[in-house]
Amino acid sequence: MPNFRRSLLSALALSTSLLATTLPAQTLDIGVMGELASFDASQVSGGVWESQVLMDVYEGLVKKAPDGGILPGMATSWDASEDGKTYTFQMREGAKWSDGEPVTAEDFVFGWRNMLDPENASKYAYMLYPVVNAKAVNVGDKPLDALGVKSLDDGKTFQVTLNSPTPYFIQLLTHYTAYPAPKHTAEKYGKQWVKLGNIATNGAFKPTEWVSQSRITAVKNPQYYEADQVALDQVNYHTTEDRNAGISRFRAGEFDILRDYPSSRYQWLRDNLPDATHMAPYLGSYYYVLNHREGRPTADKRVREALNLAARRDVISKQIMAGTFLPSRSFVPKGTDNYDVQTMELGEDMDARMAKAKKLLEEAGYGPSNPLHLRLRYNTSDEHKKIAIAMAAMWRPLGINVEMVNSEATVHYQTIQEGDFDVARAGWIADYNDAENFLTLLRSGVGNNYGAYSNPDFDALLDKAATTLDAEEREKILEQAEQVAMDDYALVPLLYYVSRNLVNPKMSGWENNVSDDHPSRWISIAE
Amino acid sequence: MLSYILKRLLMAIPTLLIVITLSFFLMRIAPGGPFDGERQLPPEIEANLMAAYHLDEPLPMQYLRYMGNLLQGDFGPSFKNKDFSVTDLIAQGFPVSLELGFWAILLALVIGLPLGIIAALKRNTALDYAVMGTALAGIAVPNFVIAPVLALVFGVTLAWLPVGGWNGGAWQNMVLPVIALSIQQIAYIARMMRASMIEVLGSHFIRTARAKGLSESKVILRHALQPALLPVLSYLGPAIAGIITGSVVIEQIFGIPGIGRYFVQAALNRDYTLVMGTVVFYGALIVLLNLIVDLLYSVLDPQIRYDD
Amino acid sequence: MPMTTNSTPYSGENLPAGSPNPPSRPDPNVAGEKGQSLGREAWRRLKQNKAAMASLWLLIVIALACLVGPYLLPWGLAEVDWNAFNVAPTLEGSHFLGTDANGRDLLARTLYGGRVSLSVALVATLVSLVIGVLYGAIAGYKGGRTDNLMMRFVDIMYSLPFMFLVILLMVVFGRNIFLIYAAIGAVEWLDMARIVRGQTLGLKRREFVEAAHALGVSNRAIITRHMIPNAIGPVIIYVTLTVPKVILLESFLSFLGLGVQEPLTSWGVLISEGTDMMQSAPWMLLVPAVFLALTLFCLNFLGDGLRDALDPKTR
Repeated sequence: MPNFRRSLLSALALSTSLLATTLPAQTLDIGVMGELASFDASQVSGGVWESQVLMDVYEGLVKKAPDGGILPGMATSWDASEDGKTYTFQMREGAKWSDGEPVTAEDFVFGWRNMLDPENASKYAYMLYPVVNAKAVNVGDKPLDALGVKSLDDGKTFQVTLNSPTPYFIQLLTHYTAYPAPKHTAEKYGKQWVKLGNIATNGAFKPTEWVSQSRITAVKNPQYYEADQVALDQVNYHTTEDRNAGISRFRAGEFDILRDYPSSRYQWLRDNLPDATHMAPYLGSYYYVLNHREGRPTADKRVREALNLAARRDVISKQIMAGTFLPSRSFVPKGTDNYDVQTMELGEDMDARMAKAKKLLEEAGYGPSNPLHLRLRYNTSDEHKKIAIAMAAMWRPLGINVEMVNSEATVHYQTIQEGDFDVARAGWIADYNDAENFLTLLRSGVGNNYGAYSNPDFDALLDKAATTLDAEEREKILEQAEQVAMDDYALVPLLYYVSRNLVNPKMSGWENNVSDDHPSRWISIAE
Repeated sequence: MLSYILKRLLMAIPTLLIVITLSFFLMRIAPGGPFDGERQLPPEIEANLMAAYHLDEPLPMQYLRYMGNLLQGDFGPSFKNKDFSVTDLIAQGFPVSLELGFWAILLALVIGLPLGIIAALKRNTALDYAVMGTALAGIAVPNFVIAPVLALVFGVTLAWLPVGGWNGGAWQNMVLPVIALSIQQIAYIARMMRASMIEVLGSHFIRTARAKGLSESKVILRHALQPALLPVLSYLGPAIAGIITGSVVIEQIFGIPGIGRYFVQAALNRDYTLVMGTVVFYGALIVLLNLIVDLLYSVLDPQIRYDD
Repeated sequence: MPMTTNSTPYSGENLPAGSPNPPSRPDPNVAGEKGQSLGREAWRRLKQNKAAMASLWLLIVIALACLVGPYLLPWGLAEVDWNAFNVAPTLEGSHFLGTDANGRDLLARTLYGGRVSLSVALVATLVSLVIGVLYGAIAGYKGGRTDNLMMRFVDIMYSLPFMFLVILLMVVFGRNIFLIYAAIGAVEWLDMARIVRGQTLGLKRREFVEAAHALGVSNRAIITRHMIPNAIGPVIIYVTLTVPKVILLESFLSFLGLGVQEPLTSWGVLISEGTDMMQSAPWMLLVPAVFLALTLFCLNFLGDGLRDALDPKTR
């Protein structure tokens, strides 16, 4: 049984100190796995922990429900034009920044320009590239005001023009790249608008304190349009790099939520904290990149098929990862909206698979006299290491020498982007809930296509999908594309990610969902 | 004495210059850059980033720019913690590390020195073995094992103390990290003290003092203690710097906002400016600590004089 | 202005060098006639120390086990038993000390890990010992400008944070085990140099050194015959501290994910892996930790024994 005594005590202590309020103050303590880079969304580095803080203090045109569904946010309604290229949003009346100023379409225009301003060098600017002129603005070819966004009717209407119909556009709006920025404070303070003393936010909470590497505190924003429905008075985000230490802090009642736990602890947690331990499907794919560059053994399709045949995903999922990853034979994760995953044809009987794999390798010219040597690269992490060890052990019976090379993330990604590997660990968490977000990674010449996979049929299908308006037809085309890649054994799909959270069972308003987004706005703690 | 100190401080300038230059270029030749991550950036954005941080300039130019800013006391912005400058980060983290390190060293001295002396006096008795065996246990267990064990026992099971967090330096939050930090230091100090005490007790002048009929306590307190402290003292300078800056593990496990983890994190993230900032800071700190140790040395050992 | 401490209130008898009752004759080893028998004499003394000898034997056993043991075990370093993940120690079956999360035999891995840890410790310590002792003794003995220059260099090296240096070395030159040796040894000698210098500074004004000087013994002979043997007590203590420190440093690097590459392992890697599992699978922590602790305890007793045996003053 977890010990929640202390948080209860501190909540009580707080409530007696705040005599003015009749209800006891509710404080939520969340253990997040890293440090927020900035309250300026254009400066954020992309950690999943960053979106937790940002979605609590800012609100985009739409917002997320506890189950991950999309609800109206700063916009109350919207229409798309016939050609799917123009979206018009009606701004919420009475929506205010935490300093009392109204939130208008101007703030969205400003926020999106801020995101694409070449001077800000935002890492995630490309998320807005579907917008007309976004790319040209971002590289400095066009001025900021060329961007295809407009504030109309005195800021009561926000209009976006897109390059082409983008079926996942509303999904994109949930990402922090589409948040507004407070134009009025930016005009007043310049770049310093983001400092805690100057900052105005439009979400359910506003940040008040930041001890770097330790904690961010946000308190309820009384100006929030649904402030009366927000149960929490305060949220503390604790930077928790050591996930085992996070578990201890959760058990001691210092955290109400821990946003991740190591797979090695899952069994123990399920046995000892069954009500608090959450695990749910998550839109992420864990895979091994195969290098298609000329001269690499993995450029040979037979080798790629053999490697896929010998990979026992169920063993990795159940034995090595204790069920905290799900076995996968597709690149797009199961659970993606409007999509049926297309799997690799491998068969079930392991002996037959191994025999086939051996035969394929022999055909490719590898055998006892000419053993296949593979360099397997993975980035530093206990889980990546365990999976790499298991994969190496599964490939070894085929007569393959697997050389494992571990390096820290920066070196790992730089090396595989340069193509110096045969097999490399990679993973992708969906930026938005759409299959296209994954399949793009296999397009010819795309930066994140680490293995340099290239199939004109695949590219053509994706191009076709991009201009297809009909949702069902588009789904079919994307599914065909994935099937092409799977038939090519383009990579080794291994596992689907799952989200792992420890959640105080006294909380309500927290639900498992595929995007693992849990806005604090919905959460309340039972006394 | 004052001129000696001034001279030492002046001589620290070339030292620091070499340290800065060395680190600057070492860091740049390391593979991987500050913007290499899971998602490869489109070339346009990477170009924007490089330009924003002047990384597109030739290396000597970057070096000169860095040195120029440094002279004005500007460590630059952090590549990863965008809302803080490197100066902010160090200014926020150092007092925390200092406070933690101070208590840890104090605890280690208060416990370690007497233990070492007792063990030396009761050399090869059961007491000696017991004391040294316990001290050794402190060295034999890595602190990334000790820290979670302490947290589990006192934070989770007994629920006497907070498991993590700094909480503005409340003493409850400091107890476990200070203990975890000092356990190894206690062991090192006790062992060094015991060894040097035995050494000193066997020397001529102690024999002489004893022969003159001085009481044992007087012999130890007035004659043996000071010379015996010297090796411990030379160990203390680097130990303090190490404990202040090198408590990465403790900071990570207990969630403490010190500067220790910047060394590791910033280096792993290639956060060039933060790495340089911490290196310069560490360099200055160690120069200062070494000076203090040397001064103390001369106070404790009258045979050493700093002649000009 | 010279910086002196003459103002400190000292009674005469406190000062060994200028004491009013200097020993009537110089230290016996000034004559140097014992140089040859020093080793044999020390060995004789060491043999009388039961704890030290027991430790020596145990260390030999551990080292032999790590060297030879892996060949006698049914399981190899990287061999996976697909039917035995996270198995606790048992006498039934072939995993006497259990398996790790990847189904690999823990005893085999601990013994292989011992090879890495012990060799890292030995080589790094040896490197630091040779460089540090020579460097410190020369600096301390020469004094003056030489000392100043030499210690300035040490200061510069010191002013580079160790972790930063090692991380950079690892990433610049790739990660391999020889680099770990080199990196740790290259940094550890600094402490050694400082300690030996401190000792030498104190020793050099001792009467027997001054006497040797007066007798016209060469600097080199004074350093190797007198300074180093007389500083050997603290040095050996420091070595027995350094070996565990190196093993722990290696484990700290492993904790940061900068340790040896799979499938190689070390005690540090195993302990760091075991720490995560200490509640659900305590043997993964205990097995390597016991090997490590046993080794460190033995090193300690052996170190103390050696010091007693080598210390010229207790002779």
